[in-house]
Amino acid sequence: MDEKKEFRTMSGVPVGSVYGDEPLPGEFPYTRGIHSGMYRDRLWTMRMFAGFGTAEDTNARFKDLLRAGGTGLSTAFDMPTLMGRDSDDEWSIGEVGRAGVAIDTLDDMVDLFADIDLGQVSTSMTINGPAAILLAMYVAVAEQDGVERSKLNGTLQNDILKEYQAQKEYIFPPRPSVRLVSDVVSFTTQEMPRWNPISISGYHIREAGSTAAQELAFTLANGFAYVEAAQAAGLNVDDFAPRLSFFFNSHSDFFEEIGKFRAARRIWARWIRDRYGAKDERSHKLRFHTQTAGVSLTAQQPEINIARVAIQALAGVIGGTQSLHTDSYDEALALPTEDAARIALRTQQIVAHETGITSVADPLGGSDYVEWMTDEMERQAEEIFEHLEELGDGSILEGVYVGIENGWFVGEIADAAYRFEREVNSGDRLIVGVNSFTEGGDENINLLSIDPDTEDIQLKRLAEIKQSRDSDLVEKALNRLSTQALDPEINLMPAIIEAVKVRSTEGEIVQALESVFGTYVEKAFV
Amino acid sequence: MNEKENAPIRIVLAKLGLDGHDRGLKVVARMLRDAGMEVVYLGLRQTTEMVVSAVEQEDADAVGISMHNAGHLTLAPRIVKALDDAGLNVPVIVGGIVPEGDLDAMTESGVAGVLGPGASAEDVAKCVREAVATRGE
Repeated sequence: MDEKKEFRTMSGVPVGSVYGDEPLPGEFPYTRGIHSGMYRDRLWTMRMFAGFGTAEDTNARFKDLLRAGGTGLSTAFDMPTLMGRDSDDEWSIGEVGRAGVAIDTLDDMVDLFADIDLGQVSTSMTINGPAAILLAMYVAVAEQDGVERSKLNGTLQNDILKEYQAQKEYIFPPRPSVRLVSDVVSFTTQEMPRWNPISISGYHIREAGSTAAQELAFTLANGFAYVEAAQAAGLNVDDFAPRLSFFFNSHSDFFEEIGKFRAARRIWARWIRDRYGAKDERSHKLRFHTQTAGVSLTAQQPEINIARVAIQALAGVIGGTQSLHTDSYDEALALPTEDAARIALRTQQIVAHETGITSVADPLGGSDYVEWMTDEMERQAEEIFEHLEELGDGSILEGVYVGIENGWFVGEIADAAYRFEREVNSGDRLIVGVNSFTEGGDENINLLSIDPDTEDIQLKRLAEIKQSRDSDLVEKALNRLSTQALDPEINLMPAIIEAVKVRSTEGEIVQALESVFGTYVEKAFV
Repeated sequence: MNEKENAPIRIVLAKLGLDGHDRGLKVVARMLRDAGMEVVYLGLRQTTEMVVSAVEQEDADAVGISMHNAGHLTLAPRIVKALDDAGLNVPVIVGGIVPEGDLDAMTESGVAGVLGPGASAEDVAKCVREAVATRGE
């Protein structure tokens, strides 16, 4: 297929771009991949997740990663930012800048992307509850730099449903939250054609303890739920479905993971076409980001995590991922050091440039075991969809709401997590360095420590902004936002952008919405 | 010894602060239930006050808190002190990621036990039993 360049093995044997049966890669239902040439034509994006301390600290790390050959940015926010709280909130004490970068106002966002051309780079932002606010800030930064919003390229995680199921970073109750998600989808569909408005994420579901099939099924069900919500809001499926993207975990059971990725593409293609009426081929193609399994990293003998990550990365690539984050070996202990992050990126580069895996699309397609595993993953997922449809009287969206409200998702995930833990405990499942091969590796490794002054610096900065801004404009913008929130017909994005531009803080905008939407409190299910 | 000697141990489990990582605590809840204890699971985003009031209302024998956000040095001693101030003789056990260098500081602040990644079901149950048996000594 690729006529420009001949692909040969290390020993000089020429190889074709694909082997085995139809439907081939690039053909419906895309089990074998969404492009015919796969990585021959274009490598996956090596997108390394980074964020810590102040916006300036993270900006420096971003520039390091771009210099080291990273091809996209991915932003980790600190816990207060993820939960929609300002750095000076009572709940934020001790958390500011610790697990990600602290963002309170547009000025922080300006610093975060200083000297980075937003018209060129693609940026992923891992944020959910307050996703609309961070997107508004990104648009405002770009426009301040003279980059039109229509030129912006990137992804907003914005997947609120999995927060109630697994990651637990929710703010408002499910229904108004899904309205905000739909507002972002409508807004980007109309004004930001190159933006991926939702990254429907199984990653966190898996990290919370689910099985591979549950990760697959819950994630795709959430995807169907967003499609139903957007269709209910009056959007045409082919206007937004091509911009939906997915995010999966790549764990250590190699063939199960590959089967999961292949099944994901096939299920999505069939459902989006047959059930939701998508006609555009681009709607049928499930694109996904992969991250290696943070939960598989061990605090014991941390260096051996490098091997785990390499194997998991390989599964993601053979599974046909469009972008990849490889975890750093020290992440069971702390946020990664620069060195550890470099080794993780180099691991991807070895897979890309030394293994020959990129020469052939879906190299395991046709293996009886891999095809069986793909079918089995699909079968288990279909059973779960059936259950959700029953719960929702034929609607997946309603079924997901019910499963959240009655604790079904969290119960299923906790059961699976406990099953796994018992296997490790009894020795039925060996984890190297944990319950077997435990000698060695006792010497301490260098860990990243967050500058203890971060919180003070950020608090001072926030206080200065609050002093210098025009508080009348802020009040007006926030009032307009909460008034508009009362009317579900109004898209809230323009009002949020306006609020951000006059330096309303993230926390103030969240409170304005909370006054209308309310706050979600999880029932304490074990 | 009191009249509760033969009654099952009752433990309050909670996560403090904004951190939502509850996989570990839920696993621990099941381990302790399987070990015959009564678990009062408070769940996410609990404050010191909420934990103390649960201990009072439930007449609990122990408290387990889970942290993955490096808050153990501030939040754990706060719980120990609040229980003490309320006149409750109840040991506090901390689970999650606690660097080795912080262990002494945790013990000094009155934390009865620390359970790190890789603790087995036996380790967890034993830690709680010992903390309850030796409380107030």
